[in-house]
Amino acid sequence: MTDIFGVPIAVLLGQLLLGLINGSFYALLSLGLAIIFGMLNVINFAHGAFYMLGGFAAWLLLSALGLGYWETLMAAPLMVGALGAVVERLFLKRLYRVDHLYSLLLTFGIALMLEGLFRHIFGAAGKPYPIPPSLTGGINLGFMFLPMYRAWVIAASLAVCIATWLAIERTKLGAYLRAATENPGLVQAFGINVPLMLTLTYAFCVGLAGFAGALAAPLYQVSPGMGSSVIIVVFAVVVIGGMGSIGGAIVTALALGVIEGLTKTFYPAASSIAVFVVMVLVILIRPSGLFSREA
Amino acid sequence: MAEAPLLNVKGLEAWYGESHVLHGIDFDVRKGEVVTLIGRNGAGKTTTLRSLIGVVGKRRGACLYKGADLLKIAPHKVARLGIGYVPEERGIFSSLNVLENLLFPPAWQAGGMANDEIYALFPNLKGRDSTSGTRLSGGEQQMLAIGRILRTGADFILLDEPTEGIAPVIIEEIGAALRILKERGMTIILVEQNLRFAASIADRHYVLDQGKVVDEIPNNALDANMDRLNRYLGV
Repeated sequence: MTDIFGVPIAVLLGQLLLGLINGSFYALLSLGLAIIFGMLNVINFAHGAFYMLGGFAAWLLLSALGLGYWETLMAAPLMVGALGAVVERLFLKRLYRVDHLYSLLLTFGIALMLEGLFRHIFGAAGKPYPIPPSLTGGINLGFMFLPMYRAWVIAASLAVCIATWLAIERTKLGAYLRAATENPGLVQAFGINVPLMLTLTYAFCVGLAGFAGALAAPLYQVSPGMGSSVIIVVFAVVVIGGMGSIGGAIVTALALGVIEGLTKTFYPAASSIAVFVVMVLVILIRPSGLFSREA
Repeated sequence: MAEAPLLNVKGLEAWYGESHVLHGIDFDVRKGEVVTLIGRNGAGKTTTLRSLIGVVGKRRGACLYKGADLLKIAPHKVARLGIGYVPEERGIFSSLNVLENLLFPPAWQAGGMANDEIYALFPNLKGRDSTSGTRLSGGEQQMLAIGRILRTGADFILLDEPTEGIAPVIIEEIGAALRILKERGMTIILVEQNLRFAASIADRHYVLDQGKVVDEIPNNALDANMDRLNRYLGV
């Protein structure tokens, strides 16, 4: 058996795969956070709660309505996105003109309320969600065993992230969004319904979090605390990648997932702080983030 | 025989936050006219334009355009009536290149100019498609800001100080372009401090002071009223 620094290759690759999976979820979540920050100027602390809602929506649709995996994977993000639209219309849009701090406090409050509500109704214990039959099993790659569902999670989240990035960087709608971050008044003066665009942007990004939650349900158990445990790392990712940099958020998320996985292999005790060590270093060397446009 | 004005502004008041900037502006613009708003800094010229297109928060009064009150419709619907806005700061988007900036505003009315016509009007923009919008010179950015409006089919253009901080040669070119637009039948409100430039295009001048229209001078009576005008402008 080949070893690297005393670690068998199979173990190393297994941890790398876990790191990539975590990175995929970080990517889906930090992408949405980065867009919301870039376009709406809101630090969306409720993002983790929407991720949790996505997980619960999938679990409830399955256990209460008996919907299949693919239907829930479609429906959960739509439900979460719709709730996001309501939150934006009712609360957030009133706060665009005031300091960031207000929307940060609002979304933090929403996160606490949602988490508390779900803990009250469903208890703190995790709810199991079975892997869909079509994605059970795995492939033997020779050097390691790759479970199908994990491969699917990486592929699906990468596809969604890249599609989102392309939509923003390469389409007319994306140009409207980018321009609206620079000068919303003028974009509106050209006849574009900016408030509607902001609502849809928020709904879409929060829907991405819901998608991540539904995707995560079969891997991790669905529990009210699942959002708050991941959101802090995701914020670190956004800070490292550069607030508002969409491509940067995706790349950073995957890289940090892998770094986390490697730390777990070589020095497990440090694995939960690896991301934050990187964040500290980045803030010291390049405070605006690795991929920010203004350095 | 005077036809009904295309735009009729009556008792327009506007606020920026707590400060009351416009105190009842009255003027009208007929189809095909070029009308200027002149006055000192802070007289309310820019705010008047911004009130028309709805980027000012609180407004009162009436701005009737083709029968619709611009103050009562959603801000994003003003452009859809064929009103094009060229802001004082030009508003070229730095995240978009020249071509993307030019193609940016959606065309809401038929009859917009083709890109080639715009390049013919402003040859400086030609061949610069992939340059970042804000890397153009100030004058070229101004041309781009006007050009992108012409694509949309707008036939009523609000132009805020197109000559500010721009080299005299470029001012000439912009003036020539505006005269061509006027011949094509466009209606223009021009906010201007450069009286010579204004006089070379305009039909009438409205003088603003402290948020009110204090005088109206036809362009052909400009020379006869120079003393009066200089008093308003404090030159």
